[in-house]
Amino acid sequence: MTLTALTALVSHWRSNRLQFFAMIAGLALATALWSGVQAINAEARASYDAAAATLGEGQFDQLLPRSGDWIDQSTYVALRRAGWQVSPVLEGRLRTEDDRVRIVGLDPLTAPGAIAPVGMQEGANLGDFLTRGVLFAAPDVAEALESAVSQRVIPDPSVAPGVALTDIGVAQGLLEAEGQLSRLIVARVQPMGLPDIATVAPGLVLQPAQDAGANRLTDSFHLNLTAFGLLSFAVGIFIVHGTISLAFEQRRAMVRTLRALGVPLNILIALMIAELVVFALVAGGIGVALGYVIAAVLLPNVAATLQGLYGATVAGTLQLRPEWWLSGLAIAVLGTGLAASGALWKIARMPLLSSARPRAWAVASGDTAVRLGLVAGLLFLIGAGIAIWGSGLTLGFALLACLLIGAALILPLILRGAVTLADGLAQSAMWQWFWADTRQQVPGMSLALMALLLATAANVGVSTMVSSFRVTFVDFLDQRLAPELFIRIDDAAQSPDLEAYMVEYASEVLPLLSVETEIAGVPTDLFGVRVGPTYRENWLFLDETPNVWDRVARGEATVVSEQLARRADLWTGDRVTIAPDLTLPIAAIVADYGNPLGQALIAEPLFLDLYPDTVPLAFGLRSDDPAALRDRLTEDYGLPEAAITDQSRIKAFSIEVFERTFTVTGALNVLTLAVAAFAILMSLLTLASIRVPQLAPAWALGLTRRKLGQLELLRAVVLALVTTVLAIPLGLLLAWVLLSYVNVEAFGWKLPMYLFPGHYALLTLFALLAAALAALWPAIRLARTPPSDLLKVFANDR
Amino acid sequence: MIVRVIALLLWLPMQAAAQGFAGLGTDAEGFAVPTPDPAFDFPQDHGPHPEYRIEWWYLTANLTGPDGTAYGVQWTLFRSALAPETREGWSDPQVWFAHAAVTTPDRHLVAERIARGGIGQAGVTVDPFDAWIDDWRMAGPSFDDLTLTARGNAFAYDLDLQATGPLVFHGENGFSVKSAQGQASYYYSQPFYEVTGSLTLPQGDVPVTGAAWLDREWSSQPLAETQSGWDWFSLSLESGDKLMGFLLREDDGGAFTSATWIASDGTTTAYPDGAFAAQPLDWHEVAGRDVPTRWAVQLPDKGIDVTVQALNPDAWMALSIPYWEGPVTVEGSHEGRGYLEMTGYE
Repeated sequence: MTLTALTALVSHWRSNRLQFFAMIAGLALATALWSGVQAINAEARASYDAAAATLGEGQFDQLLPRSGDWIDQSTYVALRRAGWQVSPVLEGRLRTEDDRVRIVGLDPLTAPGAIAPVGMQEGANLGDFLTRGVLFAAPDVAEALESAVSQRVIPDPSVAPGVALTDIGVAQGLLEAEGQLSRLIVARVQPMGLPDIATVAPGLVLQPAQDAGANRLTDSFHLNLTAFGLLSFAVGIFIVHGTISLAFEQRRAMVRTLRALGVPLNILIALMIAELVVFALVAGGIGVALGYVIAAVLLPNVAATLQGLYGATVAGTLQLRPEWWLSGLAIAVLGTGLAASGALWKIARMPLLSSARPRAWAVASGDTAVRLGLVAGLLFLIGAGIAIWGSGLTLGFALLACLLIGAALILPLILRGAVTLADGLAQSAMWQWFWADTRQQVPGMSLALMALLLATAANVGVSTMVSSFRVTFVDFLDQRLAPELFIRIDDAAQSPDLEAYMVEYASEVLPLLSVETEIAGVPTDLFGVRVGPTYRENWLFLDETPNVWDRVARGEATVVSEQLARRADLWTGDRVTIAPDLTLPIAAIVADYGNPLGQALIAEPLFLDLYPDTVPLAFGLRSDDPAALRDRLTEDYGLPEAAITDQSRIKAFSIEVFERTFTVTGALNVLTLAVAAFAILMSLLTLASIRVPQLAPAWALGLTRRKLGQLELLRAVVLALVTTVLAIPLGLLLAWVLLSYVNVEAFGWKLPMYLFPGHYALLTLFALLAAALAALWPAIRLARTPPSDLLKVFANDR
Repeated sequence: MIVRVIALLLWLPMQAAAQGFAGLGTDAEGFAVPTPDPAFDFPQDHGPHPEYRIEWWYLTANLTGPDGTAYGVQWTLFRSALAPETREGWSDPQVWFAHAAVTTPDRHLVAERIARGGIGQAGVTVDPFDAWIDDWRMAGPSFDDLTLTARGNAFAYDLDLQATGPLVFHGENGFSVKSAQGQASYYYSQPFYEVTGSLTLPQGDVPVTGAAWLDREWSSQPLAETQSGWDWFSLSLESGDKLMGFLLREDDGGAFTSATWIASDGTTTAYPDGAFAAQPLDWHEVAGRDVPTRWAVQLPDKGIDVTVQALNPDAWMALSIPYWEGPVTVEGSHEGRGYLEMTGYE
């Protein structure tokens, strides 16, 4: 019996292949977006975890040469023989045929745990690593290295991108740096009673372990991507919900018949659940595979974006990580369950002898729309409550959820209102019929339109966010990288002479005077600045009082970073104690994205009064001809090439790299819209077949099939237009929550929000285009409906 | 993971580590193999023998504080060769590692170091005698007059060692057979050190005096494949006589034993398999395993029938190679103290 019932249930899909395709494809697309975004996220995270682990950067204190690039190996031995648990690292670039590989040499015997994730594979033991020379590198790097080194190269995906790990001795050989080291990693736990490092190795400086501050900006980016992934999935779930509801409604008659024939309800429900789980797994699997493709296509961009933006290297290749394909499958099953629970519930409660009118769901009365609207109102109220009184990241996401679901639920009511309004304005009978028919269509299309609403809103929101990020970032770069050249020297004695020389040839010399201090209890870098055109013209403030730089130059005020201001609960106009006997008012607040430390700026003379012994070791130089100035500094003055950084190039590169973020965002935009368009297409296709009885009278009254088709198309575009217009404010609200609420909760700084009307217009156009494209085929089909089909309506009239 | 790498290092060439430090695998490919009737050449032989796979300078000391509290100190430098040669620089296949411990009746503090030869971070020279790894040192003007230092996160010690007797040679003149199949090592000791110095413990410095025993052993394949671990006893009796005895446990439950009786004047009697016997009396759970920390030990030929009891049963060396090593007291037919090392208890 069970088998027979199952066959009967499955037969529905056989006769409704399009519906089956819609459900599987919708679920697969939703999962694909979700898992694609997850894959990009997981891959990026794993990559810079590997990078951080490989380099030991941040995790451990390090000893670096006070001057020059090298530490003599004897210094390492001296430190070890004094009891210091340090481990040597040698780094350098090795030229391969078409690229340069960063060689990192380690001593596995003394390296602190977890520093080198060398996956020792079959046949590669430590003996070989120590004595024969083995290099570990990501597969692509390994391939490039094969021809460049005589040692054995073992591909190991866990090694950071662009890096080859090897023994310190092998590295010294490859880099022709016998007896030289780059830095020493200091183990966290040291033996008791050690002598001072400065007495054993006076030539080294200790660089303390850094906290995760450097990852903050990157985390922000990932948080945004995750939010985007969730939104995409929500869009997908709407489609699945629509398809499943439709299928279940259509199967009501079958269910009734089966039950009347004696199939117990619980067996029937169990069969339907089993059927859905199988569908979810199959569609989820397809979706994960698609997601992999999406990620693989987008990843080079994401990798470049992150690398350029934050210096975090991301492997350009993708690995199938269990965490994201499992989460993809899980979310497919969960989403199906969510979408189907209502339908199953209805079937479970359906009286055995109720009529099985399949149109019941589509012609849901206005009451439903009102009920949904009420729920939406409630959600908006909760959201407003969170926005006003709530705090914390979870509540931030709850606020997002309230907004999105509320907006989706209120959509049918608004659409009805809009159509009723248009109906009232209509003059001719045809248009009155058109609007009335449209109103009747709204419930049937509302799920697809909700998907469109969410997709468009998500796109508007994310675009606003990313663009705001970009504008802020470019301003920030302009501000911080304004000097064309940046000079760093090691010898304090050289500083005055060099400065005098530079003043002669550069249009502006900006010495970088700084000390680490604590202001209002916040660890802060205090800078002494030489106020000049560069500061006056390039610095933008989050908040400012009049004549900021004049007051700073006179030593009457200070400028502090947003981080310092927020943490110390200060703002412009407040007075802050810079040093025991120096208290200044805050003239302006400046953004300092991603810096875990606070920042405060005072005038150079004031700074030198406080710290008379500080000598600038770094300078920013303004020049109309940076290349000439650079040549002069190296050839005439004799400054080493390595001491000069061409900041204009860094800036150009950074901005170019940021542009690639847009490629990623743009691609994801197109994908979400595609998913929404697909939803519309499927709704229209399923509606089309049952709409023939409603169109037949209009045809009989003289409307040509062609005209009917045009009206169908127009209807879709009109509904999409209303939806999109609603989506823009929703998207902006979304962006506001992400920038001003979620980002502050997650990272402690607020991103200013900028508006991009042109971009929104373009998005609206895309959304309409997507809706029109989706409606085109159903419209054409309608226009080509054989008259006999239309006539049959009257013949078979119930 | 480096942890894995190190584990691998210690596991691969030292598979037999679980069986005892004698183990650097059971094949001696490319390495020299000990042969009977060795002719030692001192001070040269106090130094390293890189052509052999494994070697150690293994010192244990039974010490007493001003209030009569008993302490134990261990200082061991191991040489483990990846190839039977030395090279300058990082490519030197000689890997050095060391263990240090201080045992009190209720604490057991341990530390380890690992380093490569060839760059000066660790090694042994003979004239003047100097064995070191990082800042841990056993240095003399000579082998008879040594200063011993080591330092961990929670302890340190600085001891002065003066030899008051001759070197003693185990087995047949220093050729010590380790199995019925003929595996063997070169093995001699200096068991007659008088010790003065101080321990730095978490609660402060403690001046100590006592006696130390230094074992020198090198080999390339000292254990048979069927041997699963060893129990090694070095006992100093109140009579001034000393006993070194070990038990190499076989997988099948049997054992291979060997012993050296060292009279107070340094004259030795070597005993072949079977003369020396030891049976566990009490087992103690430490680090998740049961280890026998009270033994019945017999050497009937010398009328020895004693109970050997750990001063601190928790003297577990929780290091890359875990084992039990700690000071013991001797009671029964003879009184005394000594050291016990037990490996291969899973």
